[in-house]
Amino acid sequence: MDFLNALVAILNFVVIPAAAYGAQLALGALGVTLIYGILRFSNFAHGDTMAFGTGLVILVTWGLQALGISLGPLPVALLALPIGIALCSAFVLGTDRVVYRFYRKKKSDSIIMVMASVGVMFVMNGLTRLLIGVDEIRFDDGARFLISVQDFKAWTGLTEGLALRLSQALTLVVTALCCWALFRFLNKSRSGKAMRAYADNEDLALLSGIDPERIVRLTWIIATALAVTAGTLYGLDKSFKAFNYFQILLPIFAAAIVGGLGSPIGAVAGGFIVAFSEVAVTYPWKKIATYLGFQPEGLLQLLSTEYKFAVSFVILIVVLLFRPTGLFRGKAY
Amino acid sequence: MSNTRQADAHGRWRAPIVFLLIAALFMLEGTTRNALFSGSWNSALAILNMGLISAVMALGVNMQWGYAGLFNTGVVGFLALGALGPVLVSTAPVQGAWSAGGLRVLLALAVGLGTLALATQVWKRVKAPLSFILIPLVLLVGCVLYRFLFDPAVMAIEANNSASAGNIGGLGLPVLLSWPVGALFAAAAAWGVGKVALGLRSDYLAIATLGIGEIIVAVLRNEEWLARGVKNMSGIPRPVPYELDLQNNAGFVAKAAAWGMDPATASAIWVKLLYAGLFGTVLLGLILLAELALKSPWGRMMRAIRDNETAAAAMGKNIKGRHLQIFVIGSAVIGLAGAMMVTLDGLLSPGGFNPLRYTFLVWVMVIVGGSGNNWGSVLGAVLIWFLWIKAEVWGPELMNLVTMPLPEGALRQHLLDSAPHMRFVAMGLTLLLVLRFAPRGLVPEK
Amino acid sequence: MAEPYLSASAMRGGYGKADILNGCTLTVDQGQIAVIVGPNGAGKSTAMKAVFGMLNLREGAVKLGGEDITRLTPQERVHKGMGFVPQTHNIFPTMTVEENLEMGAFIRTDDYRETIEQVYHLFPAVADKRKQNAGELSGGQRQQVAVGRALMTKPRLLMLDEPTAGVSPIVMDELFDRIIEVARTGISILMVEQNARQALEIADIGYVLVQGANRYTDSGKALMADPEVRRTFLGG
Ligand SMILES: Nc1ncnc2c1ncn2[C@@H]1O[C@H](COP(=O)(O)OP(=O)(O)OP(=O)(O)O)[C@@H](O)[C@H]1O
Ligand SMILES: [Mg+2]
Repeated sequence: MDFLNALVAILNFVVIPAAAYGAQLALGALGVTLIYGILRFSNFAHGDTMAFGTGLVILVTWGLQALGISLGPLPVALLALPIGIALCSAFVLGTDRVVYRFYRKKKSDSIIMVMASVGVMFVMNGLTRLLIGVDEIRFDDGARFLISVQDFKAWTGLTEGLALRLSQALTLVVTALCCWALFRFLNKSRSGKAMRAYADNEDLALLSGIDPERIVRLTWIIATALAVTAGTLYGLDKSFKAFNYFQILLPIFAAAIVGGLGSPIGAVAGGFIVAFSEVAVTYPWKKIATYLGFQPEGLLQLLSTEYKFAVSFVILIVVLLFRPTGLFRGKAY
Repeated sequence: MSNTRQADAHGRWRAPIVFLLIAALFMLEGTTRNALFSGSWNSALAILNMGLISAVMALGVNMQWGYAGLFNTGVVGFLALGALGPVLVSTAPVQGAWSAGGLRVLLALAVGLGTLALATQVWKRVKAPLSFILIPLVLLVGCVLYRFLFDPAVMAIEANNSASAGNIGGLGLPVLLSWPVGALFAAAAAWGVGKVALGLRSDYLAIATLGIGEIIVAVLRNEEWLARGVKNMSGIPRPVPYELDLQNNAGFVAKAAAWGMDPATASAIWVKLLYAGLFGTVLLGLILLAELALKSPWGRMMRAIRDNETAAAAMGKNIKGRHLQIFVIGSAVIGLAGAMMVTLDGLLSPGGFNPLRYTFLVWVMVIVGGSGNNWGSVLGAVLIWFLWIKAEVWGPELMNLVTMPLPEGALRQHLLDSAPHMRFVAMGLTLLLVLRFAPRGLVPEK
Repeated sequence: MAEPYLSASAMRGGYGKADILNGCTLTVDQGQIAVIVGPNGAGKSTAMKAVFGMLNLREGAVKLGGEDITRLTPQERVHKGMGFVPQTHNIFPTMTVEENLEMGAFIRTDDYRETIEQVYHLFPAVADKRKQNAGELSGGQRQQVAVGRALMTKPRLLMLDEPTAGVSPIVMDELFDRIIEVARTGISILMVEQNARQALEIADIGYVLVQGANRYTDSGKALMADPEVRRTFLGG
């Protein structure tokens, strides 16, 4: 019985939260890795793209709610998401047109592009603040729980409860759908293959008659769609606070680099690796140890949650030290 | 031909023109009172002092970027480490803190570092299959030992007089002595990060420094035994007299009266002037050193490496080593600025270490000023700092003007309320515009 | 005499200020094999790029089938029936062989499966590896994939920059045989070769390029027979 309790506790406090968080990171890292593969720079504005897009989604959500629209148990934000993606993509395409394209044509050093993305980050950060302010916002409506602690205890008779929030389940389902669609697109469709070809060998893609500008636009749109989806899911799961999206940049970069910059499958794997490490290292294991018959003195928490970013950082450092190309052989140089 | 000469002549005048522009702005701030300027020398000097400190930060960043093309996005972290210098060196010792667990904490930190060093040695010396077992073993034992030593010691220190102290306390040494110590802290962290992230693609350093910056700030916020965390650390001693002491000094009051000033204003301005003199001296000294270094064979080699890494590598230059050098030196300068900053504030307040404000704003300063040019980044720093501070006032004024035709209501109020955020947009646009249309900045490198 | 299918005349241009090409002229007739040889750095690759529109020419003109294409972009030239295999980086390494060929046919809107089969027929060695990533193939197989990719647009003129670089002598002979086979189908071939002897043997016309200008131009046989050419460029 205690063994089951321990298992449930692990599920409840480690596996489910880490899986949801990992899915959100994976979506973010996919965007970073796609932009890296095609445009060849690390986009520092990605976190703020997530924040800006989520801000738009929240505004649209409020609008829809004001109109009295409801999705029953599902959050209305799901309905607002496509509109938010469209608006945010339009903005991001605008930044490409007025900022990045110039450096691309000039074949500038990638670090100059990174610098430009910092400028874009500033602008988007300011716009997000203008748009929706700096305060914490909750915008989830509909049902809260798919499985609640009381129900679970009643069903199983265990002392340990398990909760599955709707936002967590939604995150996993939406992420699975996004990944399936993206990989299908990249591996099966003509445009997706053209994107991979461009990432592989830009000059040869040109010689094959692939239009680079079209590929670049497509990349921005896909990356933005993934970012806004990730941001919205993250906001539904926790809450929306603009600064958190800047901070999530580090785990996202860590995820993309662990998987290998430029490798989509690596980004997904990296997202889950980072999330599970982060949660496992910052979770106090005392409860589970007690179920298993140990009597630990301390909390058995390796690192306090304030330092969760240190986990991403350490993973990043270890990968840079031992395998700069990442698990799936991205581009390190 | 004549064209280039004209351009050169043009270039020679750029720095003085920017300097005059800045001087004029400060004069206006000091003398004119209207919607845009405060008309107070006290305020003008306050902006100048932080502007000078920003200039030191910009100098450090410019060494890394301008001399070597290294993108450091963890400026805020190195700044915060530098700020730790005055706290640990110059604040008054805390009664009972050392006996509560000071040595034990030091021992714990030594064990932590020793574990890492040992693991590195194992990794280097021991062959593959064995090291896969040994390294985790070393790390595990080290970690357990570290926590065993560290946790109780920290608990004891934090329990010691926790209302007003609860930290390890300083050594009570003169504050100027603590500045180089702050620089040293920053340099040590830079060495660690640089060792790992340099030599790979340039984006990696940017990402790694972003991480170390966030972690250092997190440490300062949470490790109360170190510098009281978010409870803030006040009482950092000053290298200049206190205003109150001046006001109680008959000689000073008489002098102030002779200038026709009341003692309160006069003392505030005098203290700020002393700070400005101190910071100005440090800044000029650093510029002098930097210029000398740039003209030395070492500086020529740095620039050769920056301009053509491949060719320099082909000539057998140790690029990673050189980059590590310049990264450490630049970070030390940033750390120095951090120490100067807390000295000026008399307060370490980790809650305020925001990367947008301290990392990326410094970058705007360097890019606007002219990357690669020391004078350029210094002038850019003072100018941008002035604009950043004043934009807080100008933004709402401007918004007020723009929204005048709008009817009173929620929309207008929202726009007025969010006007301060316009600063971020303005800074981003400035960075983008300069990067695109004047990539060499206001004062280009010669 | 009818106008040659490709005629690039008096080309002058380079990457920066200095000219690499100094009045270089190349022509190829329908179904002919033209070979360019010359010392390293002579500007052979540069000349190929110029013909394909990857280099801005300051002087000279490129005509294809009588039409002036000097101002067209490389993509537009692909549409006009030119195919190019660069000297290096001429495959998509993380894509399968089949996907490489599909990307070759990117601009085609008709059914290109038949062309793929033809390429497989021409290069049976790569047909066996169609599901494998091109980056994992041997050097010789990669060159075959690269040539196959360029053939996918069914070009009228195929340009090859050192297709036999890093290829063993046996595979090289085989690759030359394939190239002859391609030429027999009426496709014109313009090729740069480091293995000057073998290449000139199969060449209808040969160019010896030195410092961006034509030093000798003649039929392949004649160049092989010229003692001067033999001594300086063919190593005796
Ligand atoms: N992208 C480039 N930018 C600047 N200069 C170049 C570039 N590519 C080649 N060059 C220069 O142009 C000259 C001719 O180069 P090219 O590649 O055409 O020679 P090549 O005859 O093909 O030599 P090889 O037999 O070695 O392939 C060389 O001096 C080279 O340094
Ligand atoms: Mg060549």
